[in-house]
Amino acid sequence: MIQPHDSIIVQSLGRFLVPVVQIFGLYVLFFGQYGPGGGFVGGVILGTSMILAILIFGHDASRSRLAKKLLHGDGVGMLIYAGVGGLCLIGGGEFLNYAHLEIPGLEPAARRSLGILLTQIGVAVDVAVSAISIVFSLSAEEIIEDSMNG
Amino acid sequence: MTFAYEIPLLILLLVTAGGAILMKDLMSAVLLLGCYSFFLALVWAWLGAVDVAFVEVVVGAGLATVLFLLTLFGTAPKDGRLRRPPPPLAALVALPLLGVLMLYAAKDLPEFGDPNSPASVHISPMYLQRSFQDTHTPNVVTSVLMDYRSLDTMVETVVIFTAGIACVLLLRRNVS
Repeated sequence: MIQPHDSIIVQSLGRFLVPVVQIFGLYVLFFGQYGPGGGFVGGVILGTSMILAILIFGHDASRSRLAKKLLHGDGVGMLIYAGVGGLCLIGGGEFLNYAHLEIPGLEPAARRSLGILLTQIGVAVDVAVSAISIVFSLSAEEIIEDSMNG
Repeated sequence: MTFAYEIPLLILLLVTAGGAILMKDLMSAVLLLGCYSFFLALVWAWLGAVDVAFVEVVVGAGLATVLFLLTLFGTAPKDGRLRRPPPPLAALVALPLLGVLMLYAAKDLPEFGDPNSPASVHISPMYLQRSFQDTHTPNVVTSVLMDYRSLDTMVETVVIFTAGIACVLLLRRNVS
């Protein structure tokens, strides 16, 4: 298990950095349609911010609780992505043809834009959860030792 | 003059890659690998592939370094062998030959940025012309990845999902 870091400098830096990194990740995710970035990079940045919180504040800190909750969401990203494709099927088009998303009052181009945004969120969730779960499983051996000792 | 920083950048790439292989202290090797990813991202940015550069920085220099370091904390941080075994003779002969062969073949590739190369006359012009009116997405890379080639990206997401699941299954087998 990863213990909280002793140094006050690391702790205060982490307290400052983690929210900034998370906001930057959200910015990259939602700005991917207008500049470099997108779902994959945004998801990795969001996941990395939570990994940073785990490394600095330890597994049990309140700041790491979000990451632990997210672990139960493995597969939700895939579900969002494929679900958007399924909605297009229901709307009467081909799989992942966003022009057939059934949203009244939007022209096809705007629907495609919305579909791109939704699938990007799906990719971001998937990548973030995968990154966090790999980190958790890499430090899993020590969890076993801890549960044996205590 | 383009040579001002291209050549030093490529030399730095080679030096960091070689250092990461030859370094005895594995912690330094991991950090050198991060440096290598960062220089590679600079090369991508220089070639105009900003999205690829972004991914390279975030995944190669950020996430992969953290994963390597976590693995090192769980194993040994040093390469304990006194002498590395010398490379086999076949590799010493075959790999330079392969390199010469690839350099010879690279002469036939279209020049970088050539407007008449097969890659830029087949379907790319249609993407570039119609992307904005089709999808209202100014970044063509995103619209190609997420709309025109959406199924590919979905399967790519499946690959990442499978990798995460496989890591959990392989590494956490004793945790209920």
